[in-house]
Amino acid sequence: MSEQKKAAALISGGLDSMLAAKVVMEQGVHVEGINFFTGFCVEGHTHAIRSKDKAKPKRNNSLWVAEQLGIKLHIIDIIEEYKQVLLNPRHGYGAHMNPCLDCKIFMVDKARQWIAENGFDFIITGEVIGQRPMSQRRQTMPIVARESGAGDLLLRPLCALNLPETLPERQGWVKRDLLHDFSGRSRKPQMALAEKYGFDDYAQPAGGCCFLTDEHYSVKLVDLWKARGKRDYDLDDVMLLKVGRHIRPNPDFKLIIAREEGENRFLQGYRKQFISMEAVSHRGPLTLIDGSPSSEDLNLAARITARYGQGRDAQQVEVKVLDKDQERLLKVKPLSVDEIPEAWHV
Amino acid sequence: MNKEFLDARRLLCPLPVIRVQDKVKQLNAGDRLRVVATDPGVMQDIPAWCRINGHRVLQTEEKHGEFFIVLEVGVQ
Repeated sequence: MSEQKKAAALISGGLDSMLAAKVVMEQGVHVEGINFFTGFCVEGHTHAIRSKDKAKPKRNNSLWVAEQLGIKLHIIDIIEEYKQVLLNPRHGYGAHMNPCLDCKIFMVDKARQWIAENGFDFIITGEVIGQRPMSQRRQTMPIVARESGAGDLLLRPLCALNLPETLPERQGWVKRDLLHDFSGRSRKPQMALAEKYGFDDYAQPAGGCCFLTDEHYSVKLVDLWKARGKRDYDLDDVMLLKVGRHIRPNPDFKLIIAREEGENRFLQGYRKQFISMEAVSHRGPLTLIDGSPSSEDLNLAARITARYGQGRDAQQVEVKVLDKDQERLLKVKPLSVDEIPEAWHV
Repeated sequence: MNKEFLDARRLLCPLPVIRVQDKVKQLNAGDRLRVVATDPGVMQDIPAWCRINGHRVLQTEEKHGEFFIVLEVGVQ
């Protein structure tokens, strides 16, 4: 009896990777999932932070997919290594700061290393030719296989019939005629296959699963690099760009103002790392100050903070400023809406 | 049986799950791990991770905005 072959499936939590894994499992291959966490994944974070989202049941879609498929899932933290992909993408960016092609190459390369370390035979992805404008085109498919080093160990079950045979097909580990020929942006073939497998509940991310494909997020990231004079970031930066109202009155500092109670609680956790301020004479949001503000800047920041609290129409608001363990009180007149130029909003 | 503790406070999902996963790799079947976290998402994600990877959740509890989960490591 021949040994059961083993494949690692890149599981994003979306339908395509779920189907790709299922197609190969149906052929008797042992499949386990890998999910990479870059820090920019939309999955989870904003739900955890914002109070208004808490009414909705929250689930991690990659875990959910793995459970539906009955496979193990290995979630791998690639936050640090991913910096090189985002900061120096060989193939450039998409519409925003999304280095989709380099990202895919990087993840397949990581999967290649993982299968070598764990005794697996090949890699599965849910890629479909023509599905995404940057990373899933006919021209990019061989680039991903080649530059990741995976070569013909990389099987794309949903569009394999449109591509040259891979090692798993040539070796008979999977039957080529049971694979698919999906192409283009239509979701109908995937939906039909999902129905065949009885998958009636699956995530349909609009605009992808990565914050880097989001215009507003990308603008904030570029602003951060510009203000610091260098292209670098850490996980706290990544998280804080997802939270609050960002207002930059000048290049030296930026305010991050909580928009609701959940964000307020989340920002509390950063008070030791940043100067923070909040109104004490009236209810209002917590604000973090990122950068190196002068005392004049802090006064301006307090006036802006006061504008977003219940004292917005008051003649004077008392704002407590906390800088490390030093606490002081500023008495300020809140700025009016007209005094906060649109250009300050990042 | 060893009893271990993991502090995953201030981490947002899936980081608590990743920390649990990395910790469990160092443990043996039958060992117990108590996790504390502040992201409510762990109440779904850690049990889901345990179910698909063959571990058992023994207890979950919320206290003062913190979430406690005790799990028993299965055969790895």
